[in-house]
Amino acid sequence: MIKITFTLTLVLYSIAALLYLARLMRNDFPLSNTAHKVLVVGFAAHCLAIIHRFIALGYLPITNMHESLSFFGLSVVGIYLIFEHRFKVAALGSFVVPLALLSTIAAGMLPSELRPLNPALQSAWIYSHTLLAFASYAFFSISGCVAVIYLIQSHFLKKKHLGSLFQRLPALDMLDEIGYRCLAFGFPLLTVAIITGAIWASQAWGSYWSWDPKETWSLITWFVYAALLHGRLTTGWRGRRAAWLTIAGFLIMLFTFIGVNLWLPGLHSYN
Amino acid sequence: MNIIVVGLSHKTASVDIREKVAFSPNNIEEPLRALCNLEGIREGIIVSTCNRVEIYATTRDVAGGMARLRRFMADYHKLAYDTLEQHLYSLHGEDAIRHVFRVASSLDSMVVGEPQILGQIKTSYGYASEYKSSGIILNRFLHKAFSVAKRVRTETRIASSAVSVSFAAVELAKKIFGNLTSKTVMLIGAGEMCELAARHFLTNGAKGVLVTNRTFERAQNLAEEFAGEAIPYDELFQHLHRADIVLSSTGADKFIITPSDLEAVIRRRRMQPMFLIDIAVPRDIDPAVNSLDSIYLYDMDDLQQVVAANLEGRRQEADKAEAIIAEEIAQFHKWVATLEVAPTIVALRNHFDTLRQAEVDKTMAAWKDAPPDAAKRIDALTSALINKLLHHPTSLLKKSDQGNRTNLYLDALQALFDLKRPEDNSPELELED
Repeated sequence: MIKITFTLTLVLYSIAALLYLARLMRNDFPLSNTAHKVLVVGFAAHCLAIIHRFIALGYLPITNMHESLSFFGLSVVGIYLIFEHRFKVAALGSFVVPLALLSTIAAGMLPSELRPLNPALQSAWIYSHTLLAFASYAFFSISGCVAVIYLIQSHFLKKKHLGSLFQRLPALDMLDEIGYRCLAFGFPLLTVAIITGAIWASQAWGSYWSWDPKETWSLITWFVYAALLHGRLTTGWRGRRAAWLTIAGFLIMLFTFIGVNLWLPGLHSYN
Repeated sequence: MNIIVVGLSHKTASVDIREKVAFSPNNIEEPLRALCNLEGIREGIIVSTCNRVEIYATTRDVAGGMARLRRFMADYHKLAYDTLEQHLYSLHGEDAIRHVFRVASSLDSMVVGEPQILGQIKTSYGYASEYKSSGIILNRFLHKAFSVAKRVRTETRIASSAVSVSFAAVELAKKIFGNLTSKTVMLIGAGEMCELAARHFLTNGAKGVLVTNRTFERAQNLAEEFAGEAIPYDELFQHLHRADIVLSSTGADKFIITPSDLEAVIRRRRMQPMFLIDIAVPRDIDPAVNSLDSIYLYDMDDLQQVVAANLEGRRQEADKAEAIIAEEIAQFHKWVATLEVAPTIVALRNHFDTLRQAEVDKTMAAWKDAPPDAAKRIDALTSALINKLLHHPTSLLKKSDQGNRTNLYLDALQALFDLKRPEDNSPELELED
């Protein structure tokens, strides 16, 4: 059953991603509308798949790479849907949905057998710590996509190359606004995720901070976004340089999320 | 029944001719009545805009109808027929339908894709229905033209790009700022282009205008006109940071805004984007500022290239629009062609049946020792004969995919059997499409 809903999710996300990409090629409302509907159904299927797994395991399925990548895809799609509803920017989906699809496909390729929970993770803290971290990852991922679109649009405007892709992507100020919102939500979430992690660590491992690779890289990620937000709030930092830094932040965040688990074993390795 | 179009447009007549044949909307009732009183003209609509004057009408007699409309155009405006005639086009059948669909879809406009023409035709149609000069065919025709225009508008991007420099500037500003409410426009120097562009920005929601000019008085006058604020020329850089959109058109012979000036301005603006439009020749703003973060500089050439690209885009979209129109013409033409089929079939049957009845009565009256069921049998025989005879012609006529052939058959039948032309009763007997 878990397999069926997960496969269904993959199929629906693939169709949605294709439709969102097709939307960049030709602009018509029915296409965006269909893309949105397919994505919503895909999101529902994904929720079901994760709930199934939750019931089968008896704990939050977020403890190995398969589960994490799948949950990351779910978070990105969920938060994107809120943004699409709030800002009416389907063009953003052409970038965000393929990202969520990639993450979900990667999840599908990793071993997904059900295993009993690692005793080290048997704590109520797992909910607050991981859910907050994933929410912040999702916001940062969307801000990364927004920054990419910002650079594309800015490039078109500077080079006076105003083709149909330019026409279909959102206005600069709109992108700036969405990007800022993502940071304004993502940063506090990451901060609280790190704090709850520290508290949990003191209970589980006896120390608030042990310079485990995950901790170190989380802190680096936190500093990058802190710098971005600080620049924004003090000198009104925005524009192309801010967009590049946002993309750098996103890549560092990806490394914190995936790279550390793959290449830097430490206390956070549970696979 | 045939649809005919007679008229002239910016393509066939210069403005001094067009203004002479224009019909004033204040006095449209009189020409509409005169039009419907013309011999052989059944319905009529007059479309009169600054770029075209056209009459759409229905008639049985295509050549005569078009000749009368041409004559009417000249006579009504008391013009010499010979001088006017060379500017007039006369269309009928599919060509007439295509023409009106193209006009309504703004494919025949001076600026292809401009949105006003559809509204102007709707107004003209409104007059025609108010004064009852349009009837069943033109009503259907015009509604079809409106829906075709709507299809063209939604299915192609023909009207979605700016084709004047100042509109192009507004469109670009919208891609930078999203919407223009709460944005401030600054005019440096006071040229006509600048004023026009500033007006476009204001109608698109821009909040305020700052004006500066070497002669302060000129700045004050202009500022008053826009309910804006005049700024002394030497205080330009104290105020430049307040402007989101800058329109510059001074007569200065060297750059008045340089990258180093703008770096300070960007900092004061907290790096909010700024859209600079340099309309001046020679240019006012150093093109190097375009490489500064958050600064977007367009000069006259850039804007004109945007416009040229948009025009090219519209031309390509126009091909798609023509395909939509071709599809719709075929459908509509079929409807017009079949409009008379049903009444003609009824008339033909009535004609045969009257003859049959007369002959049966005559025979029965003369037949003294007829058996009791003779009347019934003769009736059945003759009726069956007529049904058999009419079966093929009737089913051929009802096949609606024959276009012009249907019209030919109808005319032939009406002439061969001297059928009354189904005119006033056609609305009731109209075929459903």
